[in-house]
Amino acid sequence: MTSKAEQLRAAARERILVFDGGYGTAIQNHKLGEDDYRGDLDLSMDQKGNNDLLSLTQPKIIEGIHLDYLRAGADMVETNTFSGTRISMADYGCEHLVPDLNRKSAEIARRAADIAEEEDGRPRFVAGSIGPTNKTLSLSPDVEDPGFREINYDYLLGVYREQCDALIEGGVDFLLIETIFDTLNAKCAGMAAMEAEAASGREVPLMISMTLTDLSGRNLSGHTVEAFWHAVRHLNPITVGLNCSFGANQLRPHLASLAKESDALIMAYPNAGLPNDLGEYDEAPEETAELIGKWLDENLVNIVGGCCGTTPEHIAAIAKAVEGREPRPLPEVPVRTRLAGLEPFNMAA
Amino acid sequence: MTQSSANFVNIGERTNVTGSARFKKLILNDDYDAAVEVARQQVENGAQVIDVNMDEGLLDAEHAMTTFLKLIAAEPDIARVPVMIDSSKWDVIEAGLKCVSGKPIVNSISMKEGVDEFLDHARKCMAYGAAVVVMAFDEEGQADTQQRKIEICERAYKLLTGIGFPPEDIIFDCNIFAVATGIEEHANYGVDFIEAVKALSKSCPHVHFSGGLSNLSFSFRGNEPVRRAMHSVFLYHAIPAGLDMAIVNAGQLDIYDDIDPELREACEDVILNRTPEDGRDPTEHLIALAESYKGKSPEDEKKAAEWRGWEVQKRIEHALVKGIDQHIIDDTEEARVEIDQRGGKPIEVIEGPLMDGMNVVGDLFGSGKMFLPQVVKSARVMKKAVAHLFPYIEAEKDPNAKGKGTIIMATVKGDVHDIGKNIVGVVLQCNGFEVVDLGVMVPWSDILEAANENDADIIGLSGLITPSLDEMVTVAEEMERAEMSMPLLIGGATTSKVHTALRIEPKYSGPTIHVLDASRAVGVASNLVSQTQRDPFVEQTATDYENIRAAREGKGQSKLVSIEDARANGFEADMAKKPPAPAKPGLHVFDDWDLTELREYIDWTPFFRAWELAGTYPAILEDDVVGESARDLFADGQEMLDKIIEEKWLKPRAVAGLWKCRREGDDIVIEGERGETVMPMLRQQIGKRKGRANMCLADFIDTEDDWIGGFAVCAGHGIDEHIARFKAETDDYSDILLKALADRFAEAFAERMHEHVRKDLWGYAADEDLSNQDLIREKYSGIRPAPGYPACPDHSLKPLLFDLLGGGSGHNGPAGIELTESFAMWPTAAVSGLYFGHPQASYFGVARIDEDQLEEYAGRRNVDLETATRWLRPNLD
Repeated sequence: MTSKAEQLRAAARERILVFDGGYGTAIQNHKLGEDDYRGDLDLSMDQKGNNDLLSLTQPKIIEGIHLDYLRAGADMVETNTFSGTRISMADYGCEHLVPDLNRKSAEIARRAADIAEEEDGRPRFVAGSIGPTNKTLSLSPDVEDPGFREINYDYLLGVYREQCDALIEGGVDFLLIETIFDTLNAKCAGMAAMEAEAASGREVPLMISMTLTDLSGRNLSGHTVEAFWHAVRHLNPITVGLNCSFGANQLRPHLASLAKESDALIMAYPNAGLPNDLGEYDEAPEETAELIGKWLDENLVNIVGGCCGTTPEHIAAIAKAVEGREPRPLPEVPVRTRLAGLEPFNMAA
Repeated sequence: MTQSSANFVNIGERTNVTGSARFKKLILNDDYDAAVEVARQQVENGAQVIDVNMDEGLLDAEHAMTTFLKLIAAEPDIARVPVMIDSSKWDVIEAGLKCVSGKPIVNSISMKEGVDEFLDHARKCMAYGAAVVVMAFDEEGQADTQQRKIEICERAYKLLTGIGFPPEDIIFDCNIFAVATGIEEHANYGVDFIEAVKALSKSCPHVHFSGGLSNLSFSFRGNEPVRRAMHSVFLYHAIPAGLDMAIVNAGQLDIYDDIDPELREACEDVILNRTPEDGRDPTEHLIALAESYKGKSPEDEKKAAEWRGWEVQKRIEHALVKGIDQHIIDDTEEARVEIDQRGGKPIEVIEGPLMDGMNVVGDLFGSGKMFLPQVVKSARVMKKAVAHLFPYIEAEKDPNAKGKGTIIMATVKGDVHDIGKNIVGVVLQCNGFEVVDLGVMVPWSDILEAANENDADIIGLSGLITPSLDEMVTVAEEMERAEMSMPLLIGGATTSKVHTALRIEPKYSGPTIHVLDASRAVGVASNLVSQTQRDPFVEQTATDYENIRAAREGKGQSKLVSIEDARANGFEADMAKKPPAPAKPGLHVFDDWDLTELREYIDWTPFFRAWELAGTYPAILEDDVVGESARDLFADGQEMLDKIIEEKWLKPRAVAGLWKCRREGDDIVIEGERGETVMPMLRQQIGKRKGRANMCLADFIDTEDDWIGGFAVCAGHGIDEHIARFKAETDDYSDILLKALADRFAEAFAERMHEHVRKDLWGYAADEDLSNQDLIREKYSGIRPAPGYPACPDHSLKPLLFDLLGGGSGHNGPAGIELTESFAMWPTAAVSGLYFGHPQASYFGVARIDEDQLEEYAGRRNVDLETATRWLRPNLD
């Protein structure tokens, strides 16, 4: 039995793989109320909006969303754990549920993947979603005191470690550090993931996905995509890429520079365009798929999916668009000393 | 994409307490601000990596290291380069690694304490993602000879690559030792280093070599010229051997060829351990020679105040570009006297040095190297200079003199907003246009009259509220009727190219051009007064607008559904969740709210937008492009804010009311103090994706037994006397700044009042505890839509709201606010709106509506179709 990492690499040599889409919209469609969210858990704060909690209180709904994506053509789904850290759960007074929540979410995604695999025989993968938290190691929340930080590295390392351990225990194939707005947070999460992997004794490779906050192609901590790649390359991720940020159109140039530099598989999952004045995403499935088609023409990606505003219909359209298309070949990257501040710095050989 | 790549890397050494006495003093004195500036200078001087070292006995090195690294992380022009974390203590290095993103270099690790510790540190560097400097040091001590250097480094290379350490991330420091010390054993140190590097670059693929240069010249402390020469000569020979980084003060290296040949050769003899032809001892020779270079300190520093010594034209240009008004009157006077003495006219000061300076400003602004706040500051300097010259110029005025052109500017009738118009006026004046500013609320007749009287070349109209768009159409129609032909410029927040093309341009046969923002105004105006550019420009614009019209006609917009269908797809709020009856119903009047408290509620992002600086506060302060401008502007804003509060320039007044109400169809019927008021609301008619409602504010109100609120706040009372003062001082910068701050206060007041209503007056969220950030992000329950804004686009609802709030006209209006005929509020720093308390209430945009709703709305509002059409024009096709 080959490892999941090997299976993924082998499949990615053959074709472009499909990742899942947004969960927020799908959950909203169920119009859940406070009681639906909290279930029979004894919790003091309001839970409406605590989507990660649904893995414990409404597992069928979450499994249903996974299955919708898998049946729409996704090869990989991510666990419902974007906010599954002690830091994010503190907003809902649910810190004590973090291990359960992550383990259970992993199990739900695993089961859905196995069902889908059973149905059509195509191998499916589960990525454990690790969000950025709402705290940052690189920036001060207080403009008067730029040296101030709300959290420190060791604390965050522990927070991520708790999530990674539970996700691995629940059976994920990969750990996906996503929507990275702060590069140092990501480095910290990466260290936690490597430590958790070593402790588990099982191979659980990393997937890394940065998010851009402006069109010039930097994340919130100010790193360009290349500087970011230099900063996380030591984590030896199986995929690196971009998600969220903007639509496929605006991501293209930045994806291109990453695709050129990186010897990992490239995974990208854009939003359904830019939000309208009301914060809603209007881009139709066919439009998203068409825009992603331009990435394919340039051989930029190995795995594609959707982020905010995308639905199973979007994923079905994307799956159709990538069918039979050439995957991005992994480039030979010469040996160079690649340092980085906010900008990349390469030394001559 | 910015990409640096280098054959030789300068590592900045000034942020190293062991290398810089000044930096050490700053850190010991806790003066981190100045220490950060040292780092900035390093990068500006060309350092490609900055070395940070805090190893000093009197310091808590770990604390100093992390504090400093976090501070420079907040400075994009420093943080753009990689950091070298430099310490002899591993704990300090690891603490540093936890604060630095990107990929840094660790300086250093070695086998000094044995192989186990060496590999442990190396593994950690890998886990943190850092390159590493490996010192040529082992259990026996530091490598001095060529042989030892090679031995130790080759051993380290083998060990590191053995644990999977990437060879390209290894940098060897083979120890640069002092030469010319007078000690025999030291004489060959330069050669040992260079030869070791040469050998290792062959035996250890992919590695790099670094070294601390200052050791080399240690014997010549205090003699900068000799040290610089030694460093340059050493690099000249070591780089070809393979040295590719060095810790060096990038600003203090001499060019090899520029070094005095005698000194250069003496240095060469010492470094390469050569015996000169005449058999002298190289060290003694260099020591003897060094005496003659002593005391020739390098020309650095004091550049800041240097400009005061320049000739007067240059000083004026500098003052304009930098916006420094301190010396401008003296300098202008000096220039005037100078010109006068050679028989020139005072106007030549303007045409000469002042305009030269402003041209530089204009070029910098045009090419995006300077930003609006700086330009307005430059204009302040210019105006001060011109005011000084004015009496002299008047005395001998040439009646034929005319600038580039005359522009009439006005905010149209019914509108009172003028920040944007004033900015455009200043920018145009800076560029040589004469601007006749008619102020606000200007009827079309006055505009046409002023244009004729002043023989104007261009008319510029401005407006912020949507009814102003119609008024602009009226001005265009009247200009057409008066058979005028001068260009008409359209600007202001609600104006757009599309609106200008669709509605205004067809009404006027002269050139009609939309100007997006102040930075475009000069280009457009210059084209229009140019002999050669005008025709092609006018033609191009006309074609452009024709295309817009064609595109609008050809391309069907998204479909509208009938008002019945839209209503059937309305939002169904869960009325079980509607808020309870208010704790304190009825009207509440506040006549002097505390400004100090309101300051905490200010949302700064729109403040920067008013000055055409794009970005979100506070990140904008650190923005690569506009950060510097934003910081200066913010500092000026804070300073004025202190004065506004201290001297009580503004008096915030407000009225809030809470009334019983019910919903009837899309109307909200409100039971005010003087009976029922029907407040008709508009509904979205755009076809919706499944699961999305066609929203209307009435959807948030129950059919019986519900509550609604209303408010008007104003922070503009008292502003006039200060604006008058700034005008008298020709200080547009402060004028615009004050208006922008008053607007911020009004918005902050609206935010604070809303909070007061939620927590106290209505009281449905008594326990709410939100930060200002959360308030700005609207994390609270309930909304406060304002008439004239997307959810409630009809400005004409304001009189109904004002009646509910206690009525009164003129200065006796609610909170002392007066409504113009176009329903703009005066003073302008005012906000009014309705409070909806339902937790599902949210903002939306009504956007385009169809004829059926328009007709129905006219009936509900009790006005004729024409009036309703005028009111809702922006929402109609």
